[in-house]
Amino acid sequence: MIEVIDIHKQFGEQKVLKGISSVFEDGKCNLVIGKSGSGKTVLIKTMVGLVEPDSGDVKYDGRSFTQMNKKDRTILRREIGMLFQGSALFDSMTVEENIRFPLDMFSDMTEAEKLEQVNFCLARVNMPNTNKKFPDELSGGMKKRVGIARAIVQNPKYLFCDEPNSGLDPKTSIVIDELIKEITIEYNMTTLINTHDMNSVMGIGDNVLFLHEGLKYWEGDSKEIMNITDGELFDFIFASDFLKNLRKNARV
Amino acid sequence: MPSRNSKSVYFFYIRFSSMGKIFHDFGEYLILLGRMFSKPEKPRMYWKETFRQMHDIGIGSLTVIAIVATFIGAVTAVQFSYQLRGIGLVPMWWVGAIVRKSLILEMAPTLTALLLAGKVGSNIASELGSMRTSEQIDAYEIMGVNTSSYLIAPKILASIVVIPMLVVISVFLGIIGGWAAGVLGHFYSTAEYVRGVQDYMKNWDLVVMLIKALLFSFAIASVSCFKGYTVKGGALEIGKASTQAVVLSSIVVIIINFFVAFLLLD
Ligand SMILES: Nc1ncnc2c1ncn2[C@@H]1O[C@H](COP(=O)(O)OP(=O)(O)OP(=O)(O)O)[C@@H](O)[C@H]1O
Ligand SMILES: [Mg+2]
Repeated sequence: MIEVIDIHKQFGEQKVLKGISSVFEDGKCNLVIGKSGSGKTVLIKTMVGLVEPDSGDVKYDGRSFTQMNKKDRTILRREIGMLFQGSALFDSMTVEENIRFPLDMFSDMTEAEKLEQVNFCLARVNMPNTNKKFPDELSGGMKKRVGIARAIVQNPKYLFCDEPNSGLDPKTSIVIDELIKEITIEYNMTTLINTHDMNSVMGIGDNVLFLHEGLKYWEGDSKEIMNITDGELFDFIFASDFLKNLRKNARV
Repeated sequence: MPSRNSKSVYFFYIRFSSMGKIFHDFGEYLILLGRMFSKPEKPRMYWKETFRQMHDIGIGSLTVIAIVATFIGAVTAVQFSYQLRGIGLVPMWWVGAIVRKSLILEMAPTLTALLLAGKVGSNIASELGSMRTSEQIDAYEIMGVNTSSYLIAPKILASIVVIPMLVVISVFLGIIGGWAAGVLGHFYSTAEYVRGVQDYMKNWDLVVMLIKALLFSFAIASVSCFKGYTVKGGALEIGKASTQAVVLSSIVVIIINFFVAFLLLD
């Protein structure tokens, strides 16, 4: 479980987060949605300490992250897996080396055990036999999948995915969403996903948080979200007039 | 006159803010270097990375260093032979001594360092810069890797091992270049040249050469790491950072060169 308590963050004059609080539970896909530039990435990065919040706290199963020293943070981070918006694969390493890196760095596994774990994760994301490829030989969706494999290789307790399906076709998006959902349940992880894809919201949104102008504008699950009839969230979900009309007609 | 006054105030503002920036950057540089000294998570991984960097820097630069050193030796030999022959009173075997001495004290360390400031400096800065902008450094951080140590220490260590080796190699190749040029140009015989090369040998010169090479390699690697690691923004910024890394590390090399000569040579 991750608790976010009254997070504030501003860059210069621009207030990006104006006091966000929420609770993200184990075994659930927690989605953060919001327009481009609404601060989703900043929220995730503050939670994992890549960006320092101006005030507020983040608690990982009760452990206050902002009050930890650098060493304890480093140790906690080994329980965190993260998929970056641009995948952030190490481009001087092969797929296998990318995924194996955290094991090489932190585990005492034998070479055979590491390879087994790598192959297991690769199979998990449906990319078997790509061990020796380099990131620039992969398509965007394949990179995302390798990114996920790398994020889960150490069996993290907390998984952060920043737009796991931006730039992917609807079918691959759904495959990736399903995958994240599956591993979340399987390993009982606390998963946080940034997205502006409504398919994801409907498909895997156990808990959905809508960010608007630096505030938590709405929170609920994917069923509740369909009952929204007006306001910013309605505009966000039913972005096109076509969808809005469809929605209105459906209600009539 | 107010306009003139405000202009000069503005001028001083720029002056001081850019001075301030230099001090600020220097402070950040020292902090980054300070953070480099922390206990490695897995020493084996650090060694592996260091060997990879040694290979990249060493093998990657060998050809260009070899070509430049050989021709620098050759041109030094030709120029001195030409001048000594003009004077006429000095035995030609001196050329061997002159070539060796100028290679060891100046040409080999300084030119190698300047070349490598261009090659290794821009490589390091653009590698780290693109890792920064593509969030690879953040990805390491999230895994719990101390990036200011893992991404920087191996590069600096590899540089201070490999670059002095390249300097020694370039001394040898320069001497060979000088021999070839002189013999082909009929300035002196092989025996004369060899006699010159062996004469008046001072070990202190070699010590100075190695001190220079060590300081230069540390300067190139650390400045370039700093420039690359602290890139903010996108692809354009990477280009800028790598140019700055080359320019700044060349300047630092030249300045160190002066001070070493000033302090260690009487
Ligand atoms: N390091 C930074 N310095 C200054 N401003 C920043 C920084 N990072 C983010 N911002 C600003 O914060 C705001 C929110 O950015 P953020 O990346 O979180 O948006 P996002 O919701 O993830 O958008 P997208 O869906 O496009 O990824 C933007 O206006 C951005 O300009
Ligand atoms: Mg984002």
